[in-house]
Amino acid sequence: MAIEQYLLKHKKSLAGQWFDLLTGTYPLETVRLLKKETNQFANPVGHAFLTAIDEILDEFLGQNSAEAMWPLLDKVIRIRAIQEFSPSSSLVFIFDLKMLARGVLEEELAGGLIDHGELSDFDRKVEALALLAFDVYMRCRENLFEVRMTELKNRTNRLLKLVGNE
Amino acid sequence: MAKVPKPNELVIEHGFPQTGWMDTPAVFRPGNFSYPGKAKNLQALGLPNPREWSPLDEDWKLPSNWKQIILEGMRERLDKFRSFKIFMDICVRCGACADKCHFYLGSGDPKNMPVLRAELLRSVYRKDFSLAGRIMGKMVGARDLTEDVLKEWFMYFFQCTECRRCSLFCPYGIDTAEVTMMGRELLNLVGLNIDWVVGPAANCFNNGNHLGIQPHAFKDMIEFFVDEIEAVNGIRCEPTFNRKGAEVLFITPSGDVFADPGTYTLMGYLMLFHQIGLDYTWSTYASEGGNFGMFTSHEVMKRLNSKMYAEAKRLGVKYIIGGECGHMWRVINQYMDTMNGPADFLEVPVSPMTGTRFDNAATTKMIHIVEFTADLIKNGKLKLDPSRNDHLVTTYHDSCNPARGMGFFEEPRYVIKNVCNNFHEMPPNTIREQTFCCGSGSGLNNDEFMEMRMRGGLPRANAVRHVHDLHGVNTLATICAIDRAVLTALMDYWVPDVTVYGVHELVANALVMDGETERTTDLRGEPLPGMEEDSENEDV
Amino acid sequence: MGIRFSLVAVVALVLAAFLGVGTAGLNHFFGVTVPSIALVVFLGGVVFRVLKWGRSPVPFRIPTTAGQQKTLSWIPQNKLDNPSTKMQTVGRMVLEVLLFRSLFRNTKFEIEKGPKLYYQWEKWLWLASLAFHYCFLVILIRHLRFFTDPVPFFVHDIERLDGFFQVGLPGLYLTDAIFMLAVTYLLIRRLIIPQLRYISLPQDYFPLFLLFTIGTTGILTRYFTKVDLIKVKQLAIGIISFHPVVPEGIGVIFFIHLFLVSTLLIYFPFSKLMHAGGIFLSPTRNLPNDSRFKRHVNPWNYPVKVHTYAEYEDHFREKMVEAGLPVEKELDEAPVTAQNSTEG
Repeated sequence: MAIEQYLLKHKKSLAGQWFDLLTGTYPLETVRLLKKETNQFANPVGHAFLTAIDEILDEFLGQNSAEAMWPLLDKVIRIRAIQEFSPSSSLVFIFDLKMLARGVLEEELAGGLIDHGELSDFDRKVEALALLAFDVYMRCRENLFEVRMTELKNRTNRLLKLVGNE
Repeated sequence: MAKVPKPNELVIEHGFPQTGWMDTPAVFRPGNFSYPGKAKNLQALGLPNPREWSPLDEDWKLPSNWKQIILEGMRERLDKFRSFKIFMDICVRCGACADKCHFYLGSGDPKNMPVLRAELLRSVYRKDFSLAGRIMGKMVGARDLTEDVLKEWFMYFFQCTECRRCSLFCPYGIDTAEVTMMGRELLNLVGLNIDWVVGPAANCFNNGNHLGIQPHAFKDMIEFFVDEIEAVNGIRCEPTFNRKGAEVLFITPSGDVFADPGTYTLMGYLMLFHQIGLDYTWSTYASEGGNFGMFTSHEVMKRLNSKMYAEAKRLGVKYIIGGECGHMWRVINQYMDTMNGPADFLEVPVSPMTGTRFDNAATTKMIHIVEFTADLIKNGKLKLDPSRNDHLVTTYHDSCNPARGMGFFEEPRYVIKNVCNNFHEMPPNTIREQTFCCGSGSGLNNDEFMEMRMRGGLPRANAVRHVHDLHGVNTLATICAIDRAVLTALMDYWVPDVTVYGVHELVANALVMDGETERTTDLRGEPLPGMEEDSENEDV
Repeated sequence: MGIRFSLVAVVALVLAAFLGVGTAGLNHFFGVTVPSIALVVFLGGVVFRVLKWGRSPVPFRIPTTAGQQKTLSWIPQNKLDNPSTKMQTVGRMVLEVLLFRSLFRNTKFEIEKGPKLYYQWEKWLWLASLAFHYCFLVILIRHLRFFTDPVPFFVHDIERLDGFFQVGLPGLYLTDAIFMLAVTYLLIRRLIIPQLRYISLPQDYFPLFLLFTIGTTGILTRYFTKVDLIKVKQLAIGIISFHPVVPEGIGVIFFIHLFLVSTLLIYFPFSKLMHAGGIFLSPTRNLPNDSRFKRHVNPWNYPVKVHTYAEYEDHFREKMVEAGLPVEKELDEAPVTAQNSTEG
């Protein structure tokens, strides 16, 4: 059985822990809101994280196609890209997967069901995911600045048209 | 210079400090504050302490007696506003408001919880205006007014959009908007303001509108729209300016004169008034509906608002119609008559087409364009072809001020449903009185604040995305000029397939005008449903 | 820090009464002097605070509108959430004060579609607050029997209703139990929800500890030490009729109870507990949304510096004339202004 299969078996616990780590990057007071409030409109951030994590894991442990992965990562990263995080701490959650995988696979690793080669292959896969996440992050930031520029243009668009500049 | 984090640090790095709120100073960083007010704009309004400064600097160039000025200002306002005194005294910190603020939901920063935003001010109130605070200090949540506290005020009172959503849920009706307004008044006393507020206010004071458009340019701009409309349906509207003896004075936010997509809403007004033959005039002197004075102080609010009645009196009109705007209508509903009335030289508005007497505006003598139009539609005075909006699947965003400062819910929905065939509401806890703010109101709609705006607008965008995914909604209608500008940015980032419209743009699309040529496009030059072929050849 | 401080304060109060009465024999001080002062401070304090609030005017009508406004005749108004008359506003206030309507709005019944179907009922805060305040009220009314002779009928009725479930002797009052549960809930909530802990101050914990201890000592006197009610009544009537007597043989627990109640009375007017009075004066709730059709006057309204049309025209006259805009004074009538050229 491949390492992905084993991880899929533990997906629930993996997803739960990953969500905890992700929400754990917010202030304690906020963590409760992100975790407990179930109404997706009263808790848009927590809800987005929870659903996205599930989908990201499915894709990552399944097909793992970059195309399908992009919009899933975007759900999380689009939010973190405009919050009070440095770029590195925005994306650190991807690397958490390495540690989490080792945690949930403790028995399998001890029992020799998964060898080190497989584990380092998995690590590389996570790194590839991180690189993809970096692309997504940059796209979001570029998007943000495009939005700024468009708004500035919109503001004076009519003036420019009036004086025949456009 | 930041160190490269060690592997174990990567996992535990937090974006936020985990200290008690009194021990966590505000950290200014590009993206989380708005640029400070320019000296020339403060001077234009005669506001105190004009100078060039930056929140990123250590020294904010405050007057030497700043503390005394602030405390004196607090005392004065406590004596003038019962609301302020009560809101400082009765909060029990039950936490009902905590997760109601869009800025808190989007940013996770605890100081964006409404209760804590107010505590920033309350802690100082306790220290200097209550016996217990004076004696026991921090033990009873009191603290000294220091420069750090003042900087924190500046950050968080300019991270509140005064949307009043929290006040809805407070068991005592404590209104953070009111607290923020007081906080901003106090900050203004020592020259702390943001340029996106004082700039427009100064422009409005001297030139008549926020953008500082001079009279001839204002007229040119509107006449430019007349040409645009003619290109769409061959009708030439004939607006007049500063005309004495007109029946109605029309005032709308000047943002719609220059900024897309508000311009299309403005074209909508022109077309509607032309079709019904309303005897109305624009004014270049009172060419602003919005009131950024409201985001400065009650006094500046009054100074800017005074122009509406002054101009109505000078021109000798019977009453005023106001365009689609958010905070403008809070000012008109809750402040205008008390500040600048009585408008005894005007008459109670009566629609010349339907004969409806607007007794609900009996003292302000100013009616909302949407209630005016709703009345026209109800009485069958407009010929409408809603299929012209069939390419749009619409939802409606209740703007905070008409929602929670007026109760303007059914009128816009009635109008939209009559001009659009496809309409879907967003979920109930995100609309009407519970509407989520655009995240950019109260003068925070500047581009340097874009990151914070995206955070604050997240809950609203999230609800739009929901109906977008569920019903294919591609149109977000609204009755606020700031909304039209900022929701466009918000949608571009969060839900790129959704476009923002003013309600009267939708009305104008559907409005069948006498003698018009067949329309092939809507006001934006987009082909009408079934006209996709034709418009390509015409290249409008 | 705030929690410990509040807890220590309450323990100190208990000890003070315990030692004062039990050891030092200051029965008169704790039985008459302190309660009398407390009553005076409470009444005086509340009146003082309300008058102080009342002294500040309400310059503007700023109700939070939570429903459809009064408008065109064919659009139904939401009269309770957006009142336009005095009576409707009274209706809104009644719902606010008696049913905590705004707090009820907090979260709604929700059935979520998702992986599983479930109910979400986040009304605990509303329910606990309501239970707490009403039980407090009933308990207060029940205590009236110590101050009245003959005891009014409604006090008896309430007692009978409250003790409907006969558990043990003397009968257990339902409100005592619910009161203690509600106070405990409000306290625990503050302790375990991080958001709330973050915003809580010592003055948020203190009244809860105080009320909890008042409840506990009250229950002890009634159900366990079985204090002599007739003597208590003598004491109570003595105080309010200005003929104080301190009967012998009232247990120390009663004095602790009385002392804590006195503390609460003294504390009340100077604390957030004044929200009880403040709600009635809250301008976002107690005003009708009628400022569009009814004139209101701001008592401190003052003239402000405005930019008049005349100044505006003086400034822009040339440009206005050139653009064909009507002016009050033609170019040759008006003094020449140099301002136009400097306009940026």
